[in-house]
Amino acid sequence: MNNSDPALFGSAPPKPSIWNDPFYRSLFFQFSAFVVVVLLGKYLFDNTTENMARQGIASGFGFMGSVSGFDVTSSLVKYSASSTYGQAFLVGLLNTLLVSAVSIFLATMIGFMVGIARLSSNWLIAKMATVYIEVLRNIPLLLQIFFWYFAVLRPLPSPRQSLDLFDMVFVNNRGLYLPAPVFDDLAIWLLIAVVVAIALIIFLTRWAKRKQDETGETFPLFLTSVSLLIGLPLLALLATGFPVHWEMPVLQGFNFRGGLTLIPEFVALTLALSTYTAAFIAEVVRAGIQAVPKGQTEAANALGLRSGVILRQVVIPQAMRVIVPPLTNQYLNLTKNSSLAAAIAYPDLVLIFAGTVLMQTGQAVEIIFITMAVYLLISLSIALFMNWYNKRMMLVER
Amino acid sequence: MSSLGNNAQYPVGEHPNWEPPVSNVGIIGWMKQNLFSSRLNTALTFLAIYLLYTVIPPVVQWVILDADWVGSSKADCTGEGACWVYINVWWKQIMYGRYPDAELWRVQTAYVLGLVGLIPLMIPNFPKKKWISAYLLFLFPFMAYILFYGGNLGLTFVETPLWGGLFLTLVIAITGIVASLPLGILLALGRRSNMPVIKTLCILFIEFWRGVPLITVLFMASVMFPLFLPQGVNFDQLLRALIGVALFSAAYMAEVVRGGLQAIPKGQYEAAQALGLSYWKTTFFIIMPQALKLVIPGIVNVFIALFKDTTLVSIIGLFDFLGMIQLVNTNPDWLSFAIEGYVFAAVIFWFFCFGMSRYSQHLEKKLHTGH
Repeated sequence: MNNSDPALFGSAPPKPSIWNDPFYRSLFFQFSAFVVVVLLGKYLFDNTTENMARQGIASGFGFMGSVSGFDVTSSLVKYSASSTYGQAFLVGLLNTLLVSAVSIFLATMIGFMVGIARLSSNWLIAKMATVYIEVLRNIPLLLQIFFWYFAVLRPLPSPRQSLDLFDMVFVNNRGLYLPAPVFDDLAIWLLIAVVVAIALIIFLTRWAKRKQDETGETFPLFLTSVSLLIGLPLLALLATGFPVHWEMPVLQGFNFRGGLTLIPEFVALTLALSTYTAAFIAEVVRAGIQAVPKGQTEAANALGLRSGVILRQVVIPQAMRVIVPPLTNQYLNLTKNSSLAAAIAYPDLVLIFAGTVLMQTGQAVEIIFITMAVYLLISLSIALFMNWYNKRMMLVER
Repeated sequence: MSSLGNNAQYPVGEHPNWEPPVSNVGIIGWMKQNLFSSRLNTALTFLAIYLLYTVIPPVVQWVILDADWVGSSKADCTGEGACWVYINVWWKQIMYGRYPDAELWRVQTAYVLGLVGLIPLMIPNFPKKKWISAYLLFLFPFMAYILFYGGNLGLTFVETPLWGGLFLTLVIAITGIVASLPLGILLALGRRSNMPVIKTLCILFIEFWRGVPLITVLFMASVMFPLFLPQGVNFDQLLRALIGVALFSAAYMAEVVRGGLQAIPKGQYEAAQALGLSYWKTTFFIIMPQALKLVIPGIVNVFIALFKDTTLVSIIGLFDFLGMIQLVNTNPDWLSFAIEGYVFAAVIFWFFCFGMSRYSQHLEKKLHTGH
């Protein structure tokens, strides 16, 4: 109304009343939002402490030191029924990380293969890859885990009638048995050789880059690295007289002994997680390769670069810029999905900690808090890595 | 080179139009180009044919040729193949859980009421779509709730532990998406707001739920929610799971909506401000209609993910579609028929998810107007 007043025309706009001032308004809204959140938090906190006191549930993290009294089927560290809840937590966390790491590796392999196959000029291969992707990603993961576990692995024959591969790998309803390498004391030299090889490769990479920047000469870096990585450990093995031998699984009584045993829950979970995530990774890879304009390859060809160089120095770096962010997202999803282990009783963090330990101690708040914090921490570190990578790979524009 | 020689025999302009070589056209030409274009491709083609040959015939044999289709009990399954009698026998449980037989019409009526709203929405250029969406978002959930739960309007009360099967899966997925839409919109607006406190609160909320797996959310809903509430107040298991699912998907929804908001040019805000519209008027009459239209494919994708993720509620003791099949598989009479149940569930889920993902791709193409 005031704006149409001719007396005010041409002078500075009048100062709005405090109710209409955007600054005070925003201050008011923020303050009230903050108060509402704090009050809600206090309300929930009060209810929880009251409920816990009434039900006689202890609070605090003291339970982590008490004896757990349960055993687990598979553990990377020493664990028994007389270990503490803290150790049970560690067992669960390590099992989660183990199944995630193995599945991430397999999913990446399968995913890249299927993604490239989908762009194949071979019609049959491209169509098969499409069918793989469309079938696997449209069926719930839990259903796939159940399928592998209850429909494929459980009905396998008992240990005495195991299916075998060259009498070295055995599969039965108790698990998958693989030959395991056994290292003697001298095998430490093997480890040292690997470390030295990696250090040399890092040094060589830097040196080769500097040389190319200064003189333009290239160095066969890839071949040298591969031969270093294989050659040095092999040399170490020869020099120390092969301190490694393979231990075969052998049927003794009702079960196999020796070798590496993978429990069926682990096998089912790994199979389902890696094939399911591979379908998503395949789409990421396809999109990444298609995102590199054809003109890039043509321009590189016109400059006279060889096809191997074009692929390694022109196409892949540009495709990776598009692939890596969604790929890390898929890795993150896979890690979170590994919590479905609880459905088939693979002893992961959720089953052991948010399941068994929670049932025994009843300390729901602390345990759910720790479990969520662990997953949040994993998510956060992957997100940080992704931001760092994106910054590094970002196109430098004007 | 030789064709150049041949050309020499014809006067200029009188060269006949020859057919292309037989080996370059038709089915042979296609195969030459797409299957046997190089040595590697030929090898891959044979490998693929061999793979298909080892997989497809046994599967067809099991699923169709050797399968038993009719019957009413396990005794009718005599063949080597699949026992689809399983589906006949357990149909009601797999579809509706333990919902009373006499009341099944209520679920079916709600399905019809939902489809009546949904089908016109999917038809392009159908008139009055705004009203239909409003019906689906506000009126339909209310009607469905009365139909399913009962307790008034002369309907008998059906307690939630009796709900199950595909029906429960649909209830959880649809409630999750409908509840998460308004919450997601508010969170997205908050995250883009320039008030630091509200922005931080929204970011914390979104990133928390996106960072944890759904199963821990469901565990939290089933064991921690009862502790949060004052004495005497108690939710049933389904409601707790629904709250967990809604909060979880609201975070994902917020990110999708934020994507749409970011795509709206700044000029739209400035024009609205120049016209003297307030923040909420700008948001709801100018920005949201444009942003939401852009993110419909994204919302469908969130729904697909949520639909697949509802299977997780079976872990906290609700008998959804997959949970019901798991339950049937533990029935001593039907122990060796797990595969049939899983294949059936997989086919149903696949049709739902594949159909929706195709629909969302179609929308994406339609909405992509090429700027």
